Amino acid sequence: MFDLTGKCALVTGASGGIGGEIARALYAAGATVGLSGTRLEPLQALAAELGERAHVLPCNLSDLAAVDELIKQATTAMGSLDILVNNAGITRDNLFMRMSDEEWQSVIDVNLTATFRLMRGALRGMMKARWGRIINITSVVGHSGNPGQANYAAAKAGTLAMSKSLAQEVASRNITVNCVAPGLIETPMTEKLNDEQRAKILVGVPAGRMGKPQEVAAGVLYLASQEAAYITGTTLHINGGGDMS
Amino acid sequence: MSDIADRVKKIVVEHLGVEAEKVTETASFIDDLGADSLDTVELVMAFEEEFGIEIPDDAAETIQTFGDAVKFISSAA
Repeated sequence: MFDLTGKCALVTGASGGIGGEIARALYAAGATVGLSGTRLEPLQALAAELGERAHVLPCNLSDLAAVDELIKQATTAMGSLDILVNNAGITRDNLFMRMSDEEWQSVIDVNLTATFRLMRGALRGMMKARWGRIINITSVVGHSGNPGQANYAAAKAGTLAMSKSLAQEVASRNITVNCVAPGLIETPMTEKLNDEQRAKILVGVPAGRMGKPQEVAAGVLYLASQEAAYITGTTLHINGGGDMS
Repeated sequence: MSDIADRVKKIVVEHLGVEAEKVTETASFIDDLGADSLDTVELVMAFEEEFGIEIPDDAAETIQTFGDAVKFISSAA
């Protein structure tokens, strides 16, 4: 149904569980895909698995100069940049009273400031093309807050409001800006949880199970598609019905 | 008309979809030619690319009319 043939997409954090599935979904729909991340090996493995429309574009998003370069590299490698998926994120959890400036700043830099810079860089080409899709992966905690994650929750809530602001500025140019907010998803990160922790988390999830990365990727694919042209400034919650407040 | 003015006019006509006759020396992009604030940002970006120059934000703010644009670009290019 969703055909992205001829479109070029950059996915940050493509070496991670969710980012990798997003890249697979966009690629399967026909897009050329730029895979960005800090770990070269998984990126190369994913590119080899996908095929010739995949490009490896390593970037450390905590290096803000490199962030500006990434857009140029992606455009050069793929020919254009039509779809930007800001998926990369880091956590530096700590209780609020113990949180250091460094823990705060590093999460804001990667999760909020790098997202801002990537969007700003990508807009020039999208404005000219009169077409663009920006999808920011936020989180349920950007809405609900979470103990120990004041920095992460602030960055995600900031991304949400930033996306809504930009969505209003560029809607007339056929550029949409949306967020996808996953709940608890089965990734290497959540594999570390023990059974007791899982059970506790799932109490608040009507679906009674964790989500799959593919289920997040499907939402991203939809928002990237032509069919979603009339959706902008919104958040698609993919959380099994958790946090309906 | 100078070569620069011709090139600027071509960009304005194409971008804003207005008739060339309306793009006069004193024509304001926003008040006379129907541009919105985003259009003016795009025009400045287009000028930068066409002429290979950098137009800083504070200078961009002073470019309100077609004549302003030609004058600024003539002095910078």
